[in-house]
Amino acid sequence: MANPYYDAADLRKFGKITEWSEELGTKFFEYYGKVFEEGALSAREKSLIALAVAHVVKCPYCIDAYTKDGLEKGITKEEMMEAVHAGAAIESGATLVHGVQMMNKYNKLSM
Amino acid sequence: MATKSLKARDNELAINNKQLEILNGGIFAEGELPYFKDKIADIGQFPLRPKKLEILQINVGYMCNQVCEHCHVDAGPDRKEIMTRDTMQLCLEVIRNTGAHTLDLTGGAPEMNPDFRWFVEESAKAGIKDFIVRSNLTIIRANKKYYDLPEFFKKHNIHVISSMPHYTKGKTDKQRGDGVFDKSIKALQELNTVGYGMPNSELRLDLVYNPSGAYLPGDQSAMERDFKKALKEDFNIDFHNLFAITNLPIARFLDYLIASENYEDYMYALVEAYNPTAVENVMCTNTISISWDGWLYDCDFNQMLGLKVASSIKHIKDYNEDVLNDRNIIISQHCYGCTAGAGSSCQGTVT
Ligand code: SF4
Ligand code: SF4
Repeated sequence: MANPYYDAADLRKFGKITEWSEELGTKFFEYYGKVFEEGALSAREKSLIALAVAHVVKCPYCIDAYTKDGLEKGITKEEMMEAVHAGAAIESGATLVHGVQMMNKYNKLSM
Repeated sequence: MATKSLKARDNELAINNKQLEILNGGIFAEGELPYFKDKIADIGQFPLRPKKLEILQINVGYMCNQVCEHCHVDAGPDRKEIMTRDTMQLCLEVIRNTGAHTLDLTGGAPEMNPDFRWFVEESAKAGIKDFIVRSNLTIIRANKKYYDLPEFFKKHNIHVISSMPHYTKGKTDKQRGDGVFDKSIKALQELNTVGYGMPNSELRLDLVYNPSGAYLPGDQSAMERDFKKALKEDFNIDFHNLFAITNLPIARFLDYLIASENYEDYMYALVEAYNPTAVENVMCTNTISISWDGWLYDCDFNQMLGLKVASSIKHIKDYNEDVLNDRNIIISQHCYGCTAGAGSSCQGTVT
């Protein structure tokens, strides 16, 4: 039996979510498609943002999809890794900035 | 990186039937993915038929100075299939009388055919409107005897179309071999020096981009913009257009897909990107492909699969354009490579 968790082949079936909720699924994919079109940001820039977010939300499907998307757009591996670092920096920053709360609480409780 | 063709390695994919077996079997035979035939039947395009003949594409031989990993020709230094002057004479007859407006010489590295220059000189006399030579760039720097190729091309007003996998060294060398990037840059600069590819220049220089791996090419105009910017800023190189070409699952690219366990995903990606509007303008609808030994094919890909035209005229010695144009084009699952996204042909997108 196929692995019930995170099977790479499931990514191909993403579109099928529409079958169980036609309207919402269709609206989602329309929106999704629109978001990644060239706009004020280029499709290339958006692909790198998506790759960074994919790592932060730790979605293996999205990581596969946006690594491939980056290759298709001619994005280099150095650019991809920097995007991952940008995501990681924000994520660790978000953790560390809570350190201030810890310091505040510590100070408040201490004489 | 391999240094020999599949043929020289006795790889079973060097046998055409084996390739067709793979393309017709597996996920297609099991019904997971639809056959190309059924897809185009849905839009009333089966059987696929030629329109007006516009392009004669002549493959003057499979010998090449490179052994690129993705090569659908399975070309390389060890390939001995080379067009003879006798067959070229037959081609010249056709070139002089054809209704096609474009002549497209390809290979291998066409320049390695010993009669290449003679053939170009003679063909140029026929006054074809657009005379293309597909040059891999490194050949210009491969040996002293090729150094004057830019001047030679210029003299005969050749439209040069060259392959350039990426504007960075790492990606280019990975696909095409070490040192290819530096040599290609030097060759492009030399073509620029004699006037090729300069803004407003009549000497056309276009680049072909094809992905270095199991993914599809991105948007052609966005890629062109990125290539132009990078090549100009880093190397002061100019060129006219960039053609983004999809790798078809044939020969060495098929071997790579299977060996890297990307074959199924790649076929899924091709089928998913199927664009019915691209079908109308696939290359075989306006092109005839001629092999080094004079046989006729619907396209260079079918040539590599050994699928001669389905016509009573099969060889250049019997060439008759009207009879030939009244034929059904032979298709298989590799054809999905021509209809993915904006479509793909030797002249880039087709929609
Ligand atoms: S892709 Fe072109 S340059 Fe590379 S081996 Fe094939 S024919 Fe030669
Ligand atoms: S592979 Fe050849 S026959 Fe098939 S669609 Fe492309 S050009 Fe036509």
